Amino acid sequence: MRDIKVSLVGYGIVGHGVVDVLTRKKKMLKDMGLNLKLISVTDHTGTVMAEDGVDADRILGEKTLANVATTSMKGKEAISAIDSDLVIEVTPTNIVHGQPGLGHMEAALSSGKHVVTSNKGPLVVSYSRLKKLAEDNGVMMKFEATVGGTMPLISLVERTLVGNTIFGIRGIFNGTCNYILTRMTEEGIPYTHALSEAQDMGIAEADPSYDVEGVDTAGKVVILANSLFDMNIKYSDVDVTGITGVTPEALALAKKRGYAIKLIGDVPALTVRPTLVPLGSPIAVSGTLNSAAIYTDLSGTITVTGLGAGSIETASAILTDIISIYRTKQIDAIF
Amino acid sequence: MRLSMDLELQDVPGQLLLALQPFRDNKANIISVVHHRDRKTPRGMIPVRFVVEMDRSKIESVNAKLKECGISVVRAGEDRLIEAVSVVLVGHVLHSDLGDTVNRIDSTGFAEVMDVSLTMTGVDEPSSAYLKIRATGKAEIQKALAILREVGVEKKLLVIEPIEAEAV
Repeated sequence: MRDIKVSLVGYGIVGHGVVDVLTRKKKMLKDMGLNLKLISVTDHTGTVMAEDGVDADRILGEKTLANVATTSMKGKEAISAIDSDLVIEVTPTNIVHGQPGLGHMEAALSSGKHVVTSNKGPLVVSYSRLKKLAEDNGVMMKFEATVGGTMPLISLVERTLVGNTIFGIRGIFNGTCNYILTRMTEEGIPYTHALSEAQDMGIAEADPSYDVEGVDTAGKVVILANSLFDMNIKYSDVDVTGITGVTPEALALAKKRGYAIKLIGDVPALTVRPTLVPLGSPIAVSGTLNSAAIYTDLSGTITVTGLGAGSIETASAILTDIISIYRTKQIDAIF
Repeated sequence: MRLSMDLELQDVPGQLLLALQPFRDNKANIISVVHHRDRKTPRGMIPVRFVVEMDRSKIESVNAKLKECGISVVRAGEDRLIEAVSVVLVGHVLHSDLGDTVNRIDSTGFAEVMDVSLTMTGVDEPSSAYLKIRATGKAEIQKALAILREVGVEKKLLVIEPIEAEAV
């Protein structure tokens, strides 16, 4: 049995999901030979620490850690002070400066801790620097949850399709936009109406611009371009058009001719724009689903689809990344 | 050169084979043969459309040979615009001079707008239009789309293009 000390930084929707999933899967992980101990959980109010593992029942009912914190340490200070093997970084994303996640990841990697994250901002702002930091310190940085949520994409390309040349990836990477476009098509309702419906259902934020202006999708395009295509690009290199200009009439005209209109991110074209997708195409998924078509030389086109967001779903991608770090280490040990 | 020919065949056995012979004799490469059994003409003939690759100079000889065999040639011509693409435009499509937008494509000589559907909701509301563009080849389709993109920027129109079927 291998003991792994894990610190969680960020205790929002995804953070709660991570605590829940790690608790639920404790036995399964032990069967794999991994004794995962969540030794600390940190948010903007403080940190809960427990050497034998944080009691999930005690904190899952709390929205923040304000009432249960055992120390006032926060952020980088907590990451440096706590002796963990792996840091899960799930603080709110910022695509402009990457903070606070960027500082957290730098602190973790430079002190020799693996990083698993769902936070796009730091990767969009400085992927290559973080990757080098991980390499220099002999640790891994995994980020499957940043693109397409639970839909396997990065690991699919890096592991399962390894040996293929990847020509490109196109897909729907934002469930909020896909939901709005789907509802506008189904009901013939205007954009503003579909948006307010999505907000009422908790699918869109109060300030939806991040999703509907295509910013979120463009961030994912940057991550895919840098991590899978070695392109070393910035957010400003992506040509972005959101969905706010799409009308129900345009959707109806397209549908009549056998097309859906979807917000499609394209790598390596580096575009995000509303696009006509044939109705029978496997990437023309509806509702909040995400999808991606991966164009390869040997395997043809591979299409994946799945839930792009959600607390437990995102946590599931994080769990997969954690397990894969230790499985890879096992394989390395054989050689 | 790609040509298309509409023929009418009698509804008796062996007619299609008969019609194929002149193409064979003139070394035409047959791209497609569509037999419209469901669309019999009032005279009881069956329309058949042939699409072939062959030298343009041979067309007269094929025509004459077909007539000799008693097969009527309804239409024969160059199938010039062989590629098509669908595009949706959103914005002030009509008031930004739709005629001019269409003309920018048509005036290229290699692409034409073949179909326009327009939906208008209110006077100050953005309208939406569906355009089908045909062109002489795949590269020309891309050129036509590039023109439309420029027009889109100039006239503040959202240009919604189809997803590429293949990686480019």
